[in-house]
This record gives sequence, C-alpha cells and structure tokens, in this order.
Amino acid sequence: MRAFADLYTALDETTKTNEKIAAMSRYFGSAPLEDVAWAVHFLVGRRPKRLIPSRDLVEWAIAEAEIPDWLFGECYHAVGDLAETIALLLPPAQTISELPLHYWVEERLLPMREWDDGTRRKSLVDAWRAMSDRQRFVWNKLITGEFRVGVSQNLVVRALAEASGVDANVLAHRLMGDWQPTAEFATRILARETADADVSRPYPFCLAYPLEGGGIEALGGVHNWQIEWKWDGIRSQLIRRQWRTFLWSRGEELITDRFPELASAGALLPDGTVLDGEVLPWKDGAPLRFAQMQRRIGRKVLGAKILAEVPVVLLAFDLLELGGEDVRERPLDWRRAELERLVAAAGPESHLVASPLVEGASWAELQQIREQARSRGVEGFMLKRRGSAYRVGRRRGDWWKWKINPYSIDAVLIYAQPGNGRRASLFTDYTFGVWDQGELVPFAKAYSGLTDEEIRQVDAFVRNNTIEKFGPVRRVKPELVFELAFEAIQHSSRHRSGIAVRFPRMARWRTDKKAEDADTIETIRALLPPE
Amino acid sequence: MGNLLESNQNGLYCSAGDFYIDPWNPVNRAFITHAHSDHLCPGSAAYLSSRAGEELLRARLGPDATVESLDYGKTVEMNGVHVSFHPAGHILGSAQVRIEQQGQIWVVSGDYKLASDPTCAPFEPIHCHTFITESTFGLPIFRWANQNETLDEINAWWRANQQAGKASVLFAYPLGKAQRVLAGIDSSIGPVFTHGSVEQFNGIYRGSGIPLAPTEYVRSAPAKTDWSRVLILAPPMGKTSPWLRRFGDFSTGSASGWMRIRGTRRRQSIDRGFVLSDHADWPALLSAIRDSGAERVWVTHGYRAAMAQWLGENGFHAEAIETRFEGERDEPAETAAAETEP
Repeated sequence: MRAFADLYTALDETTKTNEKIAAMSRYFGSAPLEDVAWAVHFLVGRRPKRLIPSRDLVEWAIAEAEIPDWLFGECYHAVGDLAETIALLLPPAQTISELPLHYWVEERLLPMREWDDGTRRKSLVDAWRAMSDRQRFVWNKLITGEFRVGVSQNLVVRALAEASGVDANVLAHRLMGDWQPTAEFATRILARETADADVSRPYPFCLAYPLEGGGIEALGGVHNWQIEWKWDGIRSQLIRRQWRTFLWSRGEELITDRFPELASAGALLPDGTVLDGEVLPWKDGAPLRFAQMQRRIGRKVLGAKILAEVPVVLLAFDLLELGGEDVRERPLDWRRAELERLVAAAGPESHLVASPLVEGASWAELQQIREQARSRGVEGFMLKRRGSAYRVGRRRGDWWKWKINPYSIDAVLIYAQPGNGRRASLFTDYTFGVWDQGELVPFAKAYSGLTDEEIRQVDAFVRNNTIEKFGPVRRVKPELVFELAFEAIQHSSRHRSGIAVRFPRMARWRTDKKAEDADTIETIRALLPPE
Repeated sequence: MGNLLESNQNGLYCSAGDFYIDPWNPVNRAFITHAHSDHLCPGSAAYLSSRAGEELLRARLGPDATVESLDYGKTVEMNGVHVSFHPAGHILGSAQVRIEQQGQIWVVSGDYKLASDPTCAPFEPIHCHTFITESTFGLPIFRWANQNETLDEINAWWRANQQAGKASVLFAYPLGKAQRVLAGIDSSIGPVFTHGSVEQFNGIYRGSGIPLAPTEYVRSAPAKTDWSRVLILAPPMGKTSPWLRRFGDFSTGSASGWMRIRGTRRRQSIDRGFVLSDHADWPALLSAIRDSGAERVWVTHGYRAAMAQWLGENGFHAEAIETRFEGERDEPAETAAAETEP
C-alpha cells in the first residue's frame, strides 16, 4: 500500500505527462505482479462501488478521533473532501504496515461486502491504525468508490509499454474487454509474445478531435475526405468470433444483452468480424430521439412492447477485423468497401446499416448541407481521411468531428454553491435564470467554462452579494450575465422552466450585458423541436 | 475583578495601564508580540517589543518610529500594571505578553508554536488566569510532523530537481519561515538564492547570531547562472509570475501549514507542498492552553468559533474575540489564507 500511495502522490503532484508516465513505469517495474494488476485496474478507472455508506465511515472516524460530531463538520468544511478529512483527523499510526496493495484490496476491501457492520468497523479501524495519512487517503478513496487520479488509459498504456518493452498498441488491445486484476492478468499484459487470444476482446476505439471553426480549409481538398453524419448514439463494437456475438460500448461495458436485435445481427456476419459504429434507436430509416433510447437503457427486462416501439440498429462505419484478421492498417476505402459488402449480405432486416456517406463538391457546399444536421437529429459531420488506417485512441490528423455550432443564450446567475474536491472552498456551481414575465426562472446549471481567475471573481461576487442562504446554496443579486452554450434542447416536465438542455456550459462572461438584457423563456422556447 | 484587557475598535486594550497589544490602528502606546504585518500596524506614537525582536520592528517601521525593547522576563510597570515579554517560539523575537495587576495574570500569546525552531527562543509556558490564544490551525486536522522530516523532504525534492535539471523554487513567508528553512536545509546540496523580500530579513537574523545557510540575492546573480542546481527562496507568488521566468525549467514548492490540505496546494498549482508551520498545531494548542492553567481562554486569529466551542465543552470559559481579519475562513482568494499565516 505504501508504494501505491506514493505513486498516487507522485501523480497528484505533477501535471506533466512524462513525469506521470515515469512514475507509473517505475511502479509497474518494481511492484509485485498482483499489485500491478490492481494498480492498472484502479488507474484506468475501474474502481469498486462504494463499500461502506459515508455515514458509517464518518461515525467510526469520529469515534476513533474522539471528537464531537460538530467538530467533524467544521473539519470537513475546511477540507472539502470526506476521504481526506478522515485521513487527516485520525490519530497518527503507531506502526505503518508494509503489506502490499493486493492484500489490502483482496483481504480487506472486497470482503467488506459480505461482512456485518461490527466486522467491517473493526477491520476498517485496524486498517486506519496501520497506515500513514497518505495511505489512509488513498484507502478511504477506494472504500468510498471515489478513487480518481489524473491519468488517461492512454498514459497507463504508455507507462506499461515503457516498463515492459511491449508495443503500446498491443498493450492497449490487451487492456480492452473483460479482465480480472490477477497476477495472471499482469503476466499476460506484460508478456512479450503477442499471439493473444481472447474471443470477446474489442479493439481500442479510434476517436476524433473536434474541428474548430476556421480549421476546415486547412484540411485540403474535399476529395481527400470521406464524410459521414455524426450520429448521437452509443459508440460500440459488434464482434462475431467463434460463433459467438459480443457488443461492447466505448465505456467498455459488454452490452450484448441489452440489444437482442444486435445479438441476432451478429449471427448474420461471417466468423471473425468486428464492426465499429453507433447503436441508435431507429425507425423508418431515421433515428428516433435519444430520449427514446433512454427509456430502453434504463430497463432490466425488455418486453416486446418496448422492442417494437424503440428498435435499434448498429449504424456501422468501420471494419476492424475480417476473416479473423486485424484489418485496421488497411486503407479506409478498402475497409469501407468490405463493410458495405458485409452489410448488404446481411440483408435489409439485419438491424445493420452502413453509415451513409455525404457527397459535396466543396467545403462551402458541405457547410450548407451541414445546416440540415439538427433536423436530421445528428450533431454534424465526421470527416475521415481517405486512405488512413484505423488508429488507437484520440489522435489528431485523420478523424475530425465537425459539429454544428452549439445553441447559445444569455442567462443571469441566480444561485451558487461550492464545488467539490479541488473547488470545495470556492463557489463554482451555478444556476442560471432567464426572464419569464418579469421574473427570473431557473433554466440550467453549469459548472464549466470559466478560467480560474474568472471563478475567483465570481466567487468574490457571490460572497458580497448573497441575498439568502439555503444550506450551502446562496441566492445572489441577479447581476452577472453569462452566455451559455448547449448541444440539444427538449421539453421537460421535470424542470420549472419546462425545458431541459444537454451539456450546458459557460461560453463567455458577458460583462457588457446587464441582467435585463438576458434572454426570455419565449426566445428559448422558439429553439425547441416540434413536439 | 474586572477585565484587565478589553477588545475595542483598535484591538486589545489595557485601560488600567493605558496601552494596546498588537493594535490594528495607530495608538499612543503599542506593545508588539512580533513583527508580522497582521500584528504590527505602523503609525503609533511609541512601540515596545522584546529585545530580540527590536531590529525586525525597526526594519518594518522605518527609522522614525519610536521603538523600545525589553529583555525576555524583565518587567515594566505601567500605572500599577506589570508587563513582561516571554518567548512564544513563533519567529525571531516573538513574545507572549504577560500582564499582572493585583495578582490577576493575563497572557496574550500572539502567534506561537511549541515545536523546535533553531531561529528563535522556545515557547515558555506561563501560568495565568486568562490566556489569549491564537487559533490559526485550530482544527484537529492540523497536526505537524517533526520538522526534520519535513526538512528532509525539502532536501530530497531539491536533489531530485537537480537530477532532472530543474531549479527548485520554494515559496515561504519571507520573515520567519524562510529563515527557518535556511537554518535547517542541507546547504551542501547546492547554492541558495533569495528574493529581495527574504534577503532583507536574513541580515537581521545573522546579526542576531543565528546561523543560516549562505544565500545570494537573485538580482545580483551573474547572467549565465546555472539555475538547475539552485534552491530559490521566494515569497508566495503565482507560478506564472514574470519574476520566475529567469529560472527556465523549475519545480515549485510551498512551505506552509496550509499544505496539509491537498486542495490548497492544488488550487495554487504548486507542485510540492511541505507542511511546515510556525503556528501551533491542534495538539500543541491544546497542550499550551492546558499548561497555562488558565480558567478563561479568549480565542483570536483563525478557527476562533470552533476552538472556543471545543474549549467550552471541555471545561474552560472560552470566548471567540474579534480580530482584524474578520470574515469567513474560506474568503475569496485562497492565497489570502496562505498569506495570513505569517
């Protein structure tokens, strides 16, 4: 646990990619294999669910620290993070344990699920007594299911590559799919021989960067690019191997059971095939609203009714494996042609659709066509370089998303509350209102988009202009106006304004505008799609 | 028996002796616990400090101020009130002020710590009836490690930076903290440079016979100085401050009690936090308060309300009293909190 806590600290103390990779690589090269497996598991974000309710954790920590409840509250307020507050409050350990990470996880963390409260409490308090502040912090984060560290899967892969000498692309592939954090897994990951075989394992997804406003000209001639609509679905790979079908989401969840249509579609593909695409609710040759899909996702049991009302397709746009061979290095045009052939062979009832290509003679013409995006229920275009290979992860150059401009409106800051963790003592979470018959009605919440300096200024404003306090929430003088951007808008019965928006964020602080210049609910209603 | 001290619009006032302790407005007679700016307001007609702190007061107040001083433990009488200064262990010359009238004893701690510090005389426990304590770190989350452990961490960070070819920029409060670091670090690792605000106090410390690592003033460094081996002591500043540009690639650290909290370090975008404070931590506050034997405790500066409530629940007559820096603990800029630590 000591080495893992030190690794966490090292990662926490730098923002530099190379230093993060070096710290992980040192750890992977020196820790026991069992620990490497767990460390990889946690670093890529596969954290266990919360094992103990916070209120128990707090109660036990208060008893161990011998302080009154209210004083715990004061401390929490000063620190802003539960796991850290507890780590700092507890009396210092007499002796610090040298037991390895996998012991703590396998013998002390995971079994908690089965233990009764008394056993849990004793085990947890004993653990605290054997750990330094630093270890306790990491341990508490694991127990509360909030372990997070600022590294991407890609960085973990690069560190593993550095520690093992195995090619990063091979490692990225080995980390996909369903694996258990065991010593065998770690051995397999770091093994130099590359004849891997895991029947269900997906490939790392190729991801696109957004193309900023003016960048289109820099891409060169239109004829170099394959253009598709950018669909708003669940990015997935459909895998057919050894007469079995697997559907993986980009969140690396196996979702085959939730889409029986696609489970059967797999059977129409030749053995050794992997398609990449978006799972979309689809009827009569067009997508349904994503909200319809949400009706389906939430259900444990899929009845005939919902399957009939919200059928899905895989809108396939790439082919990664054919005849059991990895074809990611083949040029895009070749993969596209093979993909079309496979989809055609599967037939019109297969729930497989080849993502239609968009033709345009110039960027200007495409820009015009792009205006149809909203009415088609898509987010814009995907641009893919003809002749390019299918790459691992998010890279610049071959794939771009060219989205339509977000909606934007001006709204007034009306409520503020403190953030979490790093932002705990600053007011960073804001509620914005728009005018409705002379009154400001809450319209959206937003947390992101401001610079640190702007956050400090808004924070100072909130403190000096509070009208009312409700717990942590402050109602402030309606004075500051912000331009909010969002991706989609729809009717909602759960919101007071009757409207819900997707991904709202602060695009700009409109210091040039007064509260009365903000938008009205009528202007915003005009953006709503027809019911 | 009335109160020997009262808290009025200028600060803590003793009407029987007609003097203030650490007033925050100009007054006739100001008795000063130590030279940090939140305890030393310029413009008073006359100042009295400990002998050890006199030079620092003069440096802060300028040549025209009337500053007198008193050895630790010596008493002056002000209209039947006996006043003496006793070491508080906070910085060079820092003092607790003991006030006695007709057998009633009050002690104003100023800022203090119990931990060892080679740059100043150690805290002296004094028996009293009323103890006025600071509470900068008056919550049980604040607990300091032994200072040698922290100094070792600083040394190790400096060495690692040298290996990585980076300068080491350590932010430390320029009066007190910076000198404590200079007295404790391993100066065989490499050269140490300082910001002007630090350098001005180094001379006074050395003149008082306190050995510090040799330092050079950054401004006087030759044009081609290789900063990658150097430790630079500077007052807290942003990572993007233009003053830092000259050092090329550098790592930043901060020596402060606030570094105990991860969020403080992260909000200030500092690479390394070293928990080194010149204030008492929670256990030390409690032990100093107990050792004073006081029945009544006034709490100033810091987590006043929490500390007073805890003391009240544990058998003391405790009260939170006004300080100059009123307002919430989580006031806007985090740097404000870091800078009021002096």
